[in-house]
Amino acid sequence: MSVSLDIRLKRANKVYHEGERLSGVLVISTRDALQHQGVSLSLEGLVNLQLSSKSVGVFEAFYNSVKPIQLVSSNMEVVKPGKVPAGRTEIPFEFPLQAKGSKVLYETYHGVFVNIQYTLRCDMRRPLLAKDLSKSCEFMLHCQPQKPKLPPSPVEFSITPETLQNVKERTSLPKFLIKGHLDATSCAITRPLTGELVVERSEVAIKSIELQLVRVETCGCAEGYARDATEIQNIQIAEGDVCHGLSIPIYMVFPRLFTCPTLETTNFKVEFEVNIVIVLHDDHLITENFPLKLVRV
Amino acid sequence: MASVQWHSRGRKYESEWQGCHLEGSAVEFSDYHPLKAITVTDSKSRRGGRKGSTSSTSSSSSSVALDPLSSMLDGTDPLSLFAAASETPTLPHSISAGELGRKRQEKEEEVGLDFEPWSSKRGEILSRFTTTEKLSINLFMGSDKSKAASPSSAVSEKVRTRLEELDDLEEGSQRELLNLSQQEYVNRIEELNQSLKEAWGSDQKVKALKIVIQCSKLLSDTSVIQFYPSKFVLITDILDTFGGLVYDRILTMCADPHPLPESFSADEVNDTAKETCLNWFFKIASIRELVPRLYVEAALLKCNRFLAKCGIQETLQRLTAMIRGIGDPLVAVYARAYLCRVGMEVAPHLKDSLNKNFFDLLASFRQIHGESVQNQLGLQRVEIPIYLTLYSPAIHWILQCVAYRAPEVLLTEMMDRCKKLGNNALLLNSVMWAFRAEFVATRATDFIGMIKDCDEAGFPKHLLFASLGRSLSCADPPESERLSILNEAWKVITKVRGPRDYINCAEIWVEFTCRHFTKREVNTVLADIIKHMTPDRAFEDAYPQLQSVINKILPYFHDFSVLFSMEKFLPFLDMFQKDSVRVEVCKSIMEVFIRHQQEATRDPVILNALLHICKTMHDSVNALTLDDEKRSLALLINGFIRMVSFGRDFEQQLSFCVEARATFCNLEPVIIHLIHTVNQLAMETRRVMKGNHSRKTAAFVRACAAYSFITIPSLTSIFSRLNLYLLSGQVALANQCLSQADAFLKAAVSILPEVPRTISIEGKQRSSEPFFLEFINNFLSTLLVVPDHPEQGVLYLVRGLLNMVQDYTWEDNSDAKVRVYISALPLLAAMSQESYLYTIPKVDSNETLYGGDPKFIAEINKLCETLIGQVLDHLKTLGRDEGVRRQCGLAFSLFGCLLAHGDLRNNKLNQLAVNLWNLSHKHGFCETRTSVRTLEYIKHQAQLADMSHLSDITARLSLQSRA
Repeated sequence: MSVSLDIRLKRANKVYHEGERLSGVLVISTRDALQHQGVSLSLEGLVNLQLSSKSVGVFEAFYNSVKPIQLVSSNMEVVKPGKVPAGRTEIPFEFPLQAKGSKVLYETYHGVFVNIQYTLRCDMRRPLLAKDLSKSCEFMLHCQPQKPKLPPSPVEFSITPETLQNVKERTSLPKFLIKGHLDATSCAITRPLTGELVVERSEVAIKSIELQLVRVETCGCAEGYARDATEIQNIQIAEGDVCHGLSIPIYMVFPRLFTCPTLETTNFKVEFEVNIVIVLHDDHLITENFPLKLVRV
Repeated sequence: MASVQWHSRGRKYESEWQGCHLEGSAVEFSDYHPLKAITVTDSKSRRGGRKGSTSSTSSSSSSVALDPLSSMLDGTDPLSLFAAASETPTLPHSISAGELGRKRQEKEEEVGLDFEPWSSKRGEILSRFTTTEKLSINLFMGSDKSKAASPSSAVSEKVRTRLEELDDLEEGSQRELLNLSQQEYVNRIEELNQSLKEAWGSDQKVKALKIVIQCSKLLSDTSVIQFYPSKFVLITDILDTFGGLVYDRILTMCADPHPLPESFSADEVNDTAKETCLNWFFKIASIRELVPRLYVEAALLKCNRFLAKCGIQETLQRLTAMIRGIGDPLVAVYARAYLCRVGMEVAPHLKDSLNKNFFDLLASFRQIHGESVQNQLGLQRVEIPIYLTLYSPAIHWILQCVAYRAPEVLLTEMMDRCKKLGNNALLLNSVMWAFRAEFVATRATDFIGMIKDCDEAGFPKHLLFASLGRSLSCADPPESERLSILNEAWKVITKVRGPRDYINCAEIWVEFTCRHFTKREVNTVLADIIKHMTPDRAFEDAYPQLQSVINKILPYFHDFSVLFSMEKFLPFLDMFQKDSVRVEVCKSIMEVFIRHQQEATRDPVILNALLHICKTMHDSVNALTLDDEKRSLALLINGFIRMVSFGRDFEQQLSFCVEARATFCNLEPVIIHLIHTVNQLAMETRRVMKGNHSRKTAAFVRACAAYSFITIPSLTSIFSRLNLYLLSGQVALANQCLSQADAFLKAAVSILPEVPRTISIEGKQRSSEPFFLEFINNFLSTLLVVPDHPEQGVLYLVRGLLNMVQDYTWEDNSDAKVRVYISALPLLAAMSQESYLYTIPKVDSNETLYGGDPKFIAEINKLCETLIGQVLDHLKTLGRDEGVRRQCGLAFSLFGCLLAHGDLRNNKLNQLAVNLWNLSHKHGFCETRTSVRTLEYIKHQAQLADMSHLSDITARLSLQSRA
């Protein structure tokens, strides 16, 4: 096609905060002069909630998906109906990022049952016989830095057959002792999760040690809610029969988009947890769970 | 034209000679000299500076203002322009030459040339660690899907694919290639490398990353463990390519307003580039498996420069710690080696992480003997010693990085740490490899002690001694310990059982022995090697090592009498029974001999041995030998012959030549050289006798002549034969051997008809004519001094030569024959003089034999007339179209000949000359400049006494009209 529409935001990383101005240019490049009936820009921030099929019946989940919550919405006409000359036309624009009413602009988050997304959309209406053109572009919203409530404190852990719950036959378990610590469970989202882990001893060789990052999403309100934990990512920190007594670093970068500061609202909650998963050579699976509190500092 | 009468012009060589002398004209040097630079005081400033190009400019101190060369290069010269153009990376997806060059330069700045680069290790590893077992490449696509052990099964498909997209090469496909041979495996990896570049080139960055991840996953697989080091090399090549691509891509993004300086900081990088770089790191951070994540992040280590100042340092430390998570010790040690390698390349000043790597390695060292390793080895049926050697390249590399320019204290500390570990042979070996040779050498006795203490079952001891020997061959241990070191080491080496292991080790120690000890010890070592290698013809498998033994001995024994007096040296040579190797060895010995033998020798030991060696080389020549090979062999043998001298014992020298001729009969250049040697011998005899041969010496020079005479016919090259006949004839004449000289010259004349019309020169067919003419002219000038044979007619040889020339089948359309005739005229003219231009002392030439007898002169004149008649006949045939130009040239040269040698007072000759002049100018092909100069010459001559007759000739010679 000889016409293209593009939105270029000023910031390369597309990250904005509440109260800032979202600025950029609209680029229209066309080979011939172009007749149109107006170009408009719209900005929208939405929270999409979805109930999982596990919590309710399948059909219910389909129909009763919770109503989306609009956080911000604005619209403006950038160009009046008329003609765009041939070649490249750049139209600068600027939007104030202000929440609707008393709402807060939550941080961008892509989850399974909760999605918080901000988009900028540009529409060009064109006369009959020509398709309308549109282009949308997602940008990230980061919330204002929060002050950590508590100074970060390391969390020690020690895993032995005795500390485990949910064990059917405790006698069949091989003996092992795995010690370690997480540097903090209240983590800055921009900093990696760190810590150390030492396999002090283990009767059976270790096959793998992994860090599993889990999101816990809760939708609904006090009467009825659905709470689901799903995996975000799984990072292997040890492979094979590691050297006993030698500390292995725990290190995991929080992925962008898929994590956000821990969020609690009246309608939904987004929380995170990390599991340390130890797989033994005889396929025993040992998991130690740590709830995390993510903050943006 | 009627026949002409020839009269030679009488010559007075003496006075002509004096008349010819140039008057010395004084040159004032201070005034002008062509080679002197013109010094100009006001120097013109150059336009367009060179922009820091380092190309050498033409002028240095004196400002040469009008030098045509430098004015050509005004501004920037093309080479530096080109370099400047390539410095700004214009192609986004390719590694530009400038960038590569810069990288290399950078490396040289920080890591000195004394650091053995990875590239040199690469090939060695690839050739050393091979396998015949079947290999498999498993590029699992989305294999994680089946691994459903996670507590959440409700992850929506969309998110899952999004997360695992990185693991998939192509959506949903799973490729497992089984049963690959090693070569197929290597090809496969190379294909992957290619498809990586293609994917990158076609902007499929995610696909490129997938390929890299899949490849690095292969490194966590230790099946077919013997191949692991080679696999590591192949796959890290891909990683290096990838690292380079990403770095360059981001660098070009930074070049937006203007290219970044060489040492940029993170602040100068623009946001887009930073964002791209961050994206890469986030993607890598989410790679599930440990080993690929580690390798890919290490490959992109250099990109940390774009983000933060100390990013590289932090990442290095983190990755170093991360390796602790790798359970398999072999995988871990290679990962460390890769990290050290990347670290050395990107930030050689960061020593801490290198040391940390090494200490971590020590801490996890016991893993090597752990249970899971034992199980694996049992499964793959690999012996412990073989398994341990798999570690060597990686540990060597790590230690090399650590030890590079490290202070002595650190090295000592490392040593101590190694000592504390039980069963440290593997480490010990690497320490000896990687640490400075001087460091090892000064502690050589300690090392021997440690080696002795090592467990016999683990790492093979001969390898330890080999490593020690390698260090000792570059650095010297304390003087007092040397003998005991050699004794201790050799005690172990001589007990090594397998001949292959033995020779590998012994070969290294030869260097040490040669360096510090005398021929006695070297001889003992050689004897020991012979003893070990002879049973079962073990030497057949060890030629490269044996050859290297020879190559190590040679530099230390430049005195060949010492070398050959070693009893075991020749028996050692006898072990080379494969022809090609044998010749190689002989050649290297001869090369050393030629390079280092300063003066000629007559030492029978050397001569015998070298004659034997040269004979070996000579005997290797057969019908299939290449010309180049023959040439180089002949060169070496000639070099040897040149070095043989028996001083005043000429007869022995001659008999040596006789022997050499018999020995080297297949190499023509050697035979030619021998003939020259013998001729020289004859001349040397003449010099010693000051020209007066005694009876004995006369017999000797005749023997020399006989030698040449019977040797020359064996040559195949016709021109070599001709020239040697002529030369030998001259030598015989000089030595007053008249009949021999006659025989040589006659032989030369008699083989003239054999000269082919074309000869092959450097593989191309060329006409032999120029060579032939050259030879004949040379021959003619010799004939002047050759006296006529008493039993043959007057001018027997000249006539013979001319007859041969007449009968020779010349090329069609060639004037060569006539040119010979024309060049014979000066000879004949010279012969008719009263006293000759040159004579040979003690040999009577025709001048004395005939004493200017009128009959002799008449004979000469008759001959000349015949020749001129022939030339004129030929000129007539050239009258037609295409011959005209040749006719003109020939006529002019005959004219020149008449002018110089004919007596132009004679009317007929005079007329002939004028006619020839006119003929040559008739068709306008004559060069006017030559004609003018000739005329001027004639006028000049006419002014001399006796030459006044020339003035009326000038009147009759007209220049060619320009019309």
